[in-house]
Amino acid sequence: MSTHPIQLEVNNLTTCFRTSTGNVTAVDDISFSLKKGETLCIVGESGCGKSVSALSIMGLLPPSGYVKSGSANFHNDNLLSMSSSQLERLRGNRISMIFQDPGSSLNPVMRIGDQVSEIFKIHLHMSKKESERKTLEMLRQVEIPDPESRMLAYPHELSGGMAQRVMIAMALVCSPDILIADEPTTALDVTIQSQILNLMIQMQSKTETAILLITHDLGVVAEMANNVLVMYCGQIVEYGDVKTVFNSPVHPYTKALMQSIPIIGEKTKRLDAIPGRVPSLNLLPPGCRFEKRCSEKNTNITSDCQEKIPPIFNLNDNHGSRCWLEKED
Amino acid sequence: MTAYIIKRLLISIPVLFGILLVTFVLARLIPGDPCKAMLGEKATIEVCEKFDKRFGLDKPISTQFFLYSKRVIVGDFGNSIRFSRPVTQILVERFPVTIELALGGLVVAIIVGVFLGIVSALKHNTSVDVGTMVLANIGISMPVFWLGLMLAYLFGLLLKDTIFWLPPSGRLTAGLSSIPFFEVWGWDVVSGTAKSRVLEFFANHYIFNALITGNWEIFKDAIRHMILPVIALSTIPMAIIARMTRSSLLEVLGRDYIRTARAKGIKNTNVVTKHALRNAMLPVVTILGLQMGGLLSGAVLTETVFGLAGVGRMLVEAIYARDYPIIQTFTVMVAVAYMLINLIVDISYGFLDPRVRLE
Amino acid sequence: MSKLGRVSKTLSDNFDEDLLLQEPMSVWKRTFKRLWSRRSGKIGLLLIGFIFLIAFTAPIIAPYDPQEVLIGKEIVKLKKREGPCIHMLGCDSAKPQHLMGIDGNYRDQYSRIIYGSRISLSIGFSTVAFAVTGGVLLGALAAFFGGWIDNIIMRLMDVILGFPSLLLAIAIVAVLGPGIRNALLAIAIVTLPAYARLTRASVLTVKELDFVKASITLGASPTRLLLFRILPNSLTPVVVLATLGIATAILDAAGLSFLGLGAQPPMPEWGTMLGSERNQVFSAPHLVFFPGIAIMITVLSFNLFGDGLRDALDPRLND
Repeated sequence: MSTHPIQLEVNNLTTCFRTSTGNVTAVDDISFSLKKGETLCIVGESGCGKSVSALSIMGLLPPSGYVKSGSANFHNDNLLSMSSSQLERLRGNRISMIFQDPGSSLNPVMRIGDQVSEIFKIHLHMSKKESERKTLEMLRQVEIPDPESRMLAYPHELSGGMAQRVMIAMALVCSPDILIADEPTTALDVTIQSQILNLMIQMQSKTETAILLITHDLGVVAEMANNVLVMYCGQIVEYGDVKTVFNSPVHPYTKALMQSIPIIGEKTKRLDAIPGRVPSLNLLPPGCRFEKRCSEKNTNITSDCQEKIPPIFNLNDNHGSRCWLEKED
Repeated sequence: MTAYIIKRLLISIPVLFGILLVTFVLARLIPGDPCKAMLGEKATIEVCEKFDKRFGLDKPISTQFFLYSKRVIVGDFGNSIRFSRPVTQILVERFPVTIELALGGLVVAIIVGVFLGIVSALKHNTSVDVGTMVLANIGISMPVFWLGLMLAYLFGLLLKDTIFWLPPSGRLTAGLSSIPFFEVWGWDVVSGTAKSRVLEFFANHYIFNALITGNWEIFKDAIRHMILPVIALSTIPMAIIARMTRSSLLEVLGRDYIRTARAKGIKNTNVVTKHALRNAMLPVVTILGLQMGGLLSGAVLTETVFGLAGVGRMLVEAIYARDYPIIQTFTVMVAVAYMLINLIVDISYGFLDPRVRLE
Repeated sequence: MSKLGRVSKTLSDNFDEDLLLQEPMSVWKRTFKRLWSRRSGKIGLLLIGFIFLIAFTAPIIAPYDPQEVLIGKEIVKLKKREGPCIHMLGCDSAKPQHLMGIDGNYRDQYSRIIYGSRISLSIGFSTVAFAVTGGVLLGALAAFFGGWIDNIIMRLMDVILGFPSLLLAIAIVAVLGPGIRNALLAIAIVTLPAYARLTRASVLTVKELDFVKASITLGASPTRLLLFRILPNSLTPVVVLATLGIATAILDAAGLSFLGLGAQPPMPEWGTMLGSERNQVFSAPHLVFFPGIAIMITVLSFNLFGDGLRDALDPRLND
C-alpha cells in the first residue's frame, strides 16, 4: 500500500516500431499522471497508440517495438530504465495488467486455479496449500459461481465473462497500486460488459487501486472514468476530467466524437460520422494530424495547422487541447 | 479418458486383422515360387510337390489363410522355409536389435532435437539460430546409408589408432558374447517354451541385459557398437524435431497467454519452461508417431550398412528368398509396432492437451 | 465473383481464407517476389537451376561416356577403384584426369555422377507428378462427394499410411520386381495419401466458406466453382508439399536402389552406385562419398526451395 498521491507519472513517452519500410512512431510524446484511487481512461480509435502506450509502460512490447525516449515513473522509479528482474518483481504485484481477449489470454493447458495460485507463490511466497486457499477466496470475490470446481477447470471450459473475471482475480491478487486494463470488455457481450465494469469498480473501492483503462467505447468512458485522455494518431489531443471533456469538448476531434454518439430519444436520419481517414503512420503530415478532417478550419486561419504540430495548450488546471485554435494571441 | 483409450484399443482389432490379411496377400503376390527359390530353378515337379505339401502350400489360399490366422492367435507363426526354424525364434533373436537401434535413435533424436530447437528459438535470428537451422536443413537432406558409411569410414578407419575409434559393424567385438540374465541368475528355463521365448526376447537386448547383470565390459562394448548406427539413424528425425520445436516455440512465445504470464511478473526462464514449452511440445508430439515410422524404415538401411542382424535386413533377405512365413510375420510385427506407437502418441496427446480429452 | 471475394475478405477473420480468396495469378506474382527476397528460397532455386543445367548439358560437360569401360583404352594402366586424380591439385599430368576416380567397373565416376543427375531429377518429378495427380483427384472427390465415397477413399489412404513408408515401398517392389520403374511406382503409391488428405482438407474448408455458399445462392454452378475457384486456391499447400516431396522421392529412390531394389546397374543412379560399392568403403571411400554428396546437394536444394516457397506463401508473415 502506498501513500503517494501520484502513482504513475509518464513524461514524453515515445515508442517506435521497426518495420521493413523503416521505423514507425506509434506513440508520440505522451505525458500524463495517474493518481491513487482514480480511473483514467485513454480513448481513441484502433491504431491510435493507446494499447502500445500501456505495453510500453509495462515493458511488454513485442520484439520489434522499442521506447525511443521518455520516462514512466512509478513512485519515483523509472520503469523504463529498470532491469528485467526489477520489472518482474513489480508486474502482477504492484502494477497489474489485463487484456482484451480473455479466452486467448489464459494458458490453455493449465488449470485456472494453478494460474491464479502461482501469483501467490511468486510474489507473496505462500505455500501451495495457502495459495490454493487464497485462490478460492479470490475467485469468490470476483463472483465466480462454484469456485471449488471452477478451480480445476481449463480455460476453454469457461465463458468469456468468466474468463475475464479470472483475469481480474489474477490482477488483483496482490492488491496492486495500479491496474492497467486494455479494452477489458471489447470481446464480451454487452450484458456481461456492465457486470465486469461493476466488478472493477467494486474491487477498486476495496483496494484504492488506480485504474488506467484503455478503450474505444465512449460508453465505457462515461461510466468508469474520472479523467480522460483522448488520443489520435499516436498523440494526446485532449485531456481533462470526464464531465468537461464530454460536455464541453474543445478539440475538433473530440467534438466530432461526441457528436457522433446517437442520443436515445432523438430522431435523426443519418448518423454523424467523421469524414476522411486516419493518416497512415508511414505518411504523417508535417502539421496537425487531424487537419485534413478538421471541420473548423474553414472558419479560422490555419497555416500553422498545416505546417506545424500544435503543442498541448493548457486551458485551465485540468483541461488541455492540442490545437492551434486554442493559441492565445 | 479411459473410455477414449478403450475405444481406441477396440478399433485396433479390426485394423490388426486387416494388416494380417494384407500382409498375407502381399506375400503371396510376390512372383516366383518358394520351392524354386529354395531349391533352385532346376527342382523337379515331384520334388516341388513334396516341398509344397511339407509347408502346407498345396492347400487353397483361403484355407491357408484360415489355418494361418488360427495359429497366429495362439502365437504360432510357423517355421521359416529358409532356416527350418520357428519364426518366433528368429523374431526373438532379431527384433531386439532393431528395437535397441530404433529406441536409441528416438531418444537421441528427441533429446538433441528438442534442445537445439529451444536454443534456436530463444536465440532467434542470431548466428546460433541461423547456424542450427542450416545444419538441420543439411541433416534432413542426407541419405542415412551414406551418413552411416561415412561415419564408419571416419571412426572405423581414419581414427583407427586413436581413442576416438568406434567399431564400424556388428553388435559386439568378436570373441565377446552376452550371457542372458536368466542364465547368470541360475534360473531353470526350458528352451522352446513360450516362457523361454519371452525371456530370450528381453535378454537379447544386450545393453539392457548387461545393465541388469552388472556386466560392465559387455555393457560398454555393446554401447560402443551402437553409437555410430544410432547417430546415423537419428540424424534425420533429430533435424525434423529441431525445426518443429523451434517454429512451434516461436509461435507460442507470440501468443497472448505468454504476454499474460509476463504481466504476472513470472521470470522469463519460467515463462518459457513452465508456460510456453508445454504448449509448444504439442505439435512435436504429433509428429513423433510419423518419426517412428521413419526410424523403422531407416533401420533397414542402417542395419545393412553396419551389419546388424535386425528385422529390417532379415525382411529384405526374406523377400529375395520368398520366405513367406518370415515375410508375413515380420511385416505384421512391424505394422503392429507402428500401430501401437501411434496409439501411445495419440493417448499421450490426450494427456498433454486438455482440449482434446472431451472426445 | 471478385467483388464477392473482397466482401468476404473483410468479413472472414481466418487468415488462411484470405489467401484462398484472392485472384490466383496475382498470388503467384507476389509469391515469386517474396520467394526471391528470402535467403533459403533464393539459394534453393539457384541450386536447382544449377543441377538442371548439369543435367541438360551432361553430354557436353562429361569427359567420358558414363557406361564406357576404360580397360585398355587409357594410356596409363588404371587400377580398379582408383582414387580421384585432379591435375590442379597435384596429380601427375601424365595420368589421365578423373575428377572423382574410377569405379569398380573401370568407368569414370565423374561422368556417371553427371549423368546421374538426369535420373534423379526425372525420378523426383515423375514420382511426384504421379502422386500429386492421384492424390489430388482422390482427395477432391472424397471431399466433394462425401458419404461412402469419402469413407472408402480415406480408409484406403489410412491402410497405406499404416505402414512405415519405405518398408511398404520395399514390399511393393518385392511384389512387382526390382527395377527403376517399379521403384517409382512404389514410392508414388506410398506418398500419395499425403496429397489426398491435404487436398481433401483444403476442399472441405473452402466448400464451407461463406463466399461459396453465397455464390451458390446467387446462382453460380457448383462444378464451375470447384474447378475455377476452389481447386486453384486450395492447391497452394499442395505445391509446397510437392516440392518437398521431390526431395523425399529422390531420397527414397536412392534408398531402394542402395538395397538393390531400385535402379539396377549399370544405370548411373547415385543410390545404385553407392550400394554396389558399399563393401569397399574402406578401400575406396571416394566411390561412396561422391554419389552421396550428389544426393545430398540435390535433396537439399529442393528442401530449401520448398521451405522458401512455404514461407513466401504464408499470408501470416508480414513483409
